[in-house]
Amino acid sequence: MSRSIDGQASASMQILQNQLKHNVRQYAMFIALIGIGIIFTVLTNGIFLSPRNLSNLLLQTSFIAILSVGMVLVIVGGHIDLSVGSIVGFTGAFAAILQVNYGYSTLTVVVLTLGLGAVIGVWQGFWIAYRLVPAFIVTLAGMLIFRGALIALTGGQTIAPLEPAFRAIGQGYIPRLFVNTEATSGFHDLSFIVALLAIAGFIFFEMKTRLRRKRHGFSNLPVPLFVAKIVAVAAMLWMFFSVMVNYRGIPYSIMILMALVLLFVYITNNTTFGRHVYAIGGNREAALLSGINIKRKTMAIFVIMGALSGLAGLVFTARLNSATASAGNLFELDTIAAVFIGGTSMRGGEGTIVGAIVGALVMASLNNGMGLMNVSSEYQLIVKGLILVLAVWFDISSRSNNA
Amino acid sequence: MSDHILEMKNIVKEFPGVRALDNVSFQVKPGEIHALVGENGAGKSTLIKVLSGVHPNGSYQGQIHVDGQEQRFLHIKDSENVGIAVIYQELGLVPQMSVVENLFLGAEKGRAYRIDWDVANTEALKYLKELRLDVSPKALIRNLGIGKQQLVEIAKALAKKARILVLDEPTAALNEQDSANLLSILRELRDRGVTCIYISHKLGEVLEIADTVTVLRDGKTIGTRDMHGPERLDEAGIVSLMVGRELTERFPRVEHTPGEVVLQVRDWSVQDPENSEKRIVDNVSFDVRKGEILGVAGLMGAGRTELMMSLFGAYGKRLSGTMLLNGQQLNIRSPLDAIRAGLAYVTEDRKGKGLVLGMDVRENTSLAALKYLSRFSIINRLEEIRRAEEYVKSLRIKTPSIEQKVKNLSGGNQQKVVLGKWMLTNPKVLILDEPTRGIDIGAKFEIYNIMNDLVEKGVCIVMISSELPEVLGMSDRVIVIHQGRLNGELHWSEATQEKTMLLATGGTEK
Repeated sequence: MSRSIDGQASASMQILQNQLKHNVRQYAMFIALIGIGIIFTVLTNGIFLSPRNLSNLLLQTSFIAILSVGMVLVIVGGHIDLSVGSIVGFTGAFAAILQVNYGYSTLTVVVLTLGLGAVIGVWQGFWIAYRLVPAFIVTLAGMLIFRGALIALTGGQTIAPLEPAFRAIGQGYIPRLFVNTEATSGFHDLSFIVALLAIAGFIFFEMKTRLRRKRHGFSNLPVPLFVAKIVAVAAMLWMFFSVMVNYRGIPYSIMILMALVLLFVYITNNTTFGRHVYAIGGNREAALLSGINIKRKTMAIFVIMGALSGLAGLVFTARLNSATASAGNLFELDTIAAVFIGGTSMRGGEGTIVGAIVGALVMASLNNGMGLMNVSSEYQLIVKGLILVLAVWFDISSRSNNA
Repeated sequence: MSDHILEMKNIVKEFPGVRALDNVSFQVKPGEIHALVGENGAGKSTLIKVLSGVHPNGSYQGQIHVDGQEQRFLHIKDSENVGIAVIYQELGLVPQMSVVENLFLGAEKGRAYRIDWDVANTEALKYLKELRLDVSPKALIRNLGIGKQQLVEIAKALAKKARILVLDEPTAALNEQDSANLLSILRELRDRGVTCIYISHKLGEVLEIADTVTVLRDGKTIGTRDMHGPERLDEAGIVSLMVGRELTERFPRVEHTPGEVVLQVRDWSVQDPENSEKRIVDNVSFDVRKGEILGVAGLMGAGRTELMMSLFGAYGKRLSGTMLLNGQQLNIRSPLDAIRAGLAYVTEDRKGKGLVLGMDVRENTSLAALKYLSRFSIINRLEEIRRAEEYVKSLRIKTPSIEQKVKNLSGGNQQKVVLGKWMLTNPKVLILDEPTRGIDIGAKFEIYNIMNDLVEKGVCIVMISSELPEVLGMSDRVIVIHQGRLNGELHWSEATQEKTMLLATGGTEK
């Protein structure tokens, strides 16, 4: 009896060691996130971990995370997009001008702006997919073109203010239902319900997957490890939500982001489009011979990226309550770094949405923490540049070790 | 002083979970051609990597002696310094550079920081002449045929003063002519005292050229035989040492009764993408009948792959030609059209064009048939798993599960995954391009059986193969392509290696 328990325990240890060895990248990004959190908490005497700051951090994460979702597809498909920062600025200014100068309602502005993002995606996708100009060049050009268009559009002026409904996209929180309805902090009931639903949903799907895998005779984690994993992830989800439950609630932008994550996790795992993108990035020739329409899929990737850039433009503009000529500057760097930190392969064909979100949290934490410490912007740039190199170096070195 | 130039003693090399080399000993006499044979996975490549320092000293157990001196190689450079040069299957030349630049790459002639091109060119000419290679040192590598590139590789090794030349499957990509030329040059080198370790799957060549043969199986040395002595091995003898059993029948021939014509190709011409003046496929017409295997023979570069890829919508620009499937005209512009019409093409380049190596067995199996496994572009995961498992079982793919990444499978099992992937599309015509290239004899035999099963089920098979015994052993009919043109057709009962080769080299039937 005790021997079999010992056996099971040692088997669990073995699997745990294997998992650690083969998933260094996944663990590394969580370790990086926690490490950065600890460092900034110490350096800022705890301000970093204050509810107010954490809530702020999430708002700061949202637009980079939205861009990262699209960027995962772009990089997995074997491309790159350097133009997202300029497109965020341009679409954001477009939205602000529609509302401030022409008085369009927020809903109309949202639809038109997403449309503009998609059209920009069609433009870039056309050159990349159908004219075979490398994405690096097309989007480098796009970076200049849309930055130029942004400056021309705003005339260098700040465009403000926006309607409350528009601002809510970037600054607002979901409402309280029954408790503390008038308060601006303290327990937030609707957020609590969302948190419970998320955690319950996660556990439900894990169980379902486990049963399905068992039915097909696939290897599953041993029970103790499985339970440990569920508890650990549920605890992390709870930590994530508790910040919002105990402060002002879940921001609308985070709700949008969560919906996007669910949608794109589904797309990458369960649709032919998702599978095709990974195949194209993994081996373009094999994908072509398997009857995959590479041109059309590439076009779709860039249209999605464009529309998500438009969405990020809306969120960012709403958060600042204004559009400026410098909006979105260097967002491409944060986004690309987030995607690589999140374990997406430089060479395409490999990468996950969830990883990129964690990567976006890492980048936003860096921005936030350095901001709290009043690190001047030139040093922030240097730090972020170094982080990008380190992230890619780590990706490459951990891959060659595992090969 | 030992009378062996190279001695590898009790080499043990382990990878996580696998013992790739299990106490291997290997001795080579100076000035001989020593063939190293074994099935895939027998440990040949690993042994060579230990010898060349790719697997550095310390990562394996055992000893290496060169000229009786123990050597501990930590880098490839170390093994090169004592005169060992390895020429891998994938050539290590820079295609955009000239012959002379490649010859002295990393060991440029002249003083520090300045290359003396006059000296380099003179020296290059000397080495090229030694190998009877008639190209200018200034010619670009990419403009040379694969056979000449191989010789440039050898010249490069000689330029490094190599005394022990290791060739890993040097003729795998060569046609018969270039192979014969290579073999005769190796003999000349031997007569000048260069020792040669020769790894090949082509037993005919081994018999022709080897002075000594060492057979590896499952990471162990099975035996070393002097090919001039009384223990001389013949082909069947080597094969039985390799697989540990007598192989009575290398090709499981099944009599098929060809039915009606399924695929008709007429006047098919394709432009050479490199040279718009040239037709890489020129006016080819042929039929494929239900329930038969049509062999496509020809030399490397004859245009066989190009012909099939262009039928499949994946190559070059079609200049003329029509294709009818069951009497219906097809207009194929992309592989997608071809798959829809019921064609399937198993590429000769398994890793480069056949598989997504980072994906698992399930994802690779379903890749070409996702359309049939999904509704509104949402994949039916259960059905996908069921089909993948079905093929793993019926094709006897050796894998821990369908979640194994295909890059971790052996060549033969990878090839079966590719076969399963195309069988899943339910093709009417299955085109196999070098279906058994680089896979071991056991897996070859299984693939032949799968082909026979498919034909039995009414699938038409078109098989390109550069191995004459394979084409002749498996096909019901053979068409022979020479320089883009159809140069004859033979029924299997009348096809001989000599006749086929005559047609492939441009001769005509009497």
